[in-house]
Amino acid sequence: MSLFRHRRLVDRLGRGLCGLATLLALVPLVSVLVWLVSHGARGLSFALFTELPKPFGEVGGGVGQALLGTGIMVGVALLLSMPLGILAGIALAEGGKSRFVQIVRFVADVLAGAPSIAVGVFVYTAVVMPMHGFSAFAGALALAVLMLPTITRSTEELLRLVPIHLREAGLALGLPAWRVTLSVTLKSALPGVATGIMLAVARAAGETAPLLFTAFGSQYWAWNLSEPMAALPLQIFTLASSPFEAWHQQAWAAALVLVTLVLLANLGARFVTRRARGGMAL
Amino acid sequence: MMELEPAIAGPVRPIGSRSTPAPLPFPPERPRSSAKMSTDDLRAWFGTQEVLKGVTLALAERQVTAIIGPSGCGKSTFLRCLNRMHETVPGARAQGRVWLGEQDIYTVDPVVTRRRVGMVFQKPTPFPFLSIRDNVLAGLTLNRERPKHAHAVVEQALQQVGLWDEVKDRLDRPGTSLSGGQQQRLCIARALAVAPEVLLMDEPCSALDPIATARIEELIHELAGRYTMVIVTHNMQQAARVAHVTAFFYMGQLVESGATEQLFTNPKDPRTEDYLTGRFG
Repeated sequence: MSLFRHRRLVDRLGRGLCGLATLLALVPLVSVLVWLVSHGARGLSFALFTELPKPFGEVGGGVGQALLGTGIMVGVALLLSMPLGILAGIALAEGGKSRFVQIVRFVADVLAGAPSIAVGVFVYTAVVMPMHGFSAFAGALALAVLMLPTITRSTEELLRLVPIHLREAGLALGLPAWRVTLSVTLKSALPGVATGIMLAVARAAGETAPLLFTAFGSQYWAWNLSEPMAALPLQIFTLASSPFEAWHQQAWAAALVLVTLVLLANLGARFVTRRARGGMAL
Repeated sequence: MMELEPAIAGPVRPIGSRSTPAPLPFPPERPRSSAKMSTDDLRAWFGTQEVLKGVTLALAERQVTAIIGPSGCGKSTFLRCLNRMHETVPGARAQGRVWLGEQDIYTVDPVVTRRRVGMVFQKPTPFPFLSIRDNVLAGLTLNRERPKHAHAVVEQALQQVGLWDEVKDRLDRPGTSLSGGQQQRLCIARALAVAPEVLLMDEPCSALDPIATARIEELIHELAGRYTMVIVTHNMQQAARVAHVTAFFYMGQLVESGATEQLFTNPKDPRTEDYLTGRFG
């Protein structure tokens, strides 16, 4: 067999295996989506978004308070983690090879890999116990701790991707280094940084474990950060682990809503990125 | 030992740029003026490696000085010491004196020096998130300065680089929408908009095609009367075409410098001659 034929064979074999692996990886993903839509679509109704859950025995009701709770807690978590994460990302990207920077980066990586239940336990001990009660603030804090490493590291990576010659061009124009960082480096990386934040939001919106003993969940409308608050994943957990068929149906519908929201967040991030890059040849 | 390849000795046009060689709009034998900048025993390091080993060189005011030499000879490092860009690289440092007028630039804030000594890089570097207009103004607006006559600044800077007529109808398009040669002229306009006294160019044409290169070289001629210019180039013909004074660097040292014509036709140092005749580098 000639060398050429041998290479062609190896090439085809390699491509075939890659294609097969892709298909296998898509199987669980697609089946989850199909399953969700086929089970959840029937339960979708206007009331699902606007009404409170009804006690067992009554028909109807919704998960409105959980949608609101997820919105509030993810929003507060974003306000807490975004400024901190972006600033930490800048520090990591611009801090050179100092020991401090290496330690912070290592800690961020460990935190990113930490099980979310551990974060929940931490916030329970640090906030819920001293305050003698579950609260939406504790839930938001737990989500913020989860989002922080994602935002920090993605900001750092994206700042590093900005070509060094853009930085130099800014410096050579007589801009101070901090101004170059903000107005040139961060600005160039902004679409990517926004994507990283959206991914962090998407992840936080789907978290259940850290909310179990921080926000706790609620069956009522809650606006106050110092009170227990519902969240969509928590509500799904409650509904799905109940013995009632009607509640299971609602759990499917709520899960479909949650996945759709996460999907929209991701699409939104992509849209923002693409539009920002539309004019530039990056 | 004084024989020279005629192709290198005189000013040579790039192949294909013109059908007939145009006369140089540019008198090489202008009276030597006083030095705008000068270095005194300038040394520079990357980490522990000394890349510039004590260079003393004067840069004549409102003249073009070309710096030539083989790769790694320290010519770019020298240029980047003139506006303190060298030290922005981690681990890099410089020592010695660099005079700008009466001032040693290593005794003042680098930001002040970089406004007086502009720089253009090898690759065109328009800011991709800014329009053509805002790219020209970037040195001012990114520093939160509000120029009173912003439009006049833009027009004047673009006129100076001969880009105005090409872009005046699309000033709001991104700077990166232009061709490579236009982008490089935009970067020169951006450097000029902050009104520097000296303009440093680090191989400004090496990423451009011959026609764009010829355009930049014409521009260097035009700007020479107004700015003190220093250009680092790998291209000896380019140095011969644009520079009043040429300096030859080799292994971190200044081997010789002098009027371009004289250096190319009658080099004093055998290393210069070897380089010019292509025996190394």
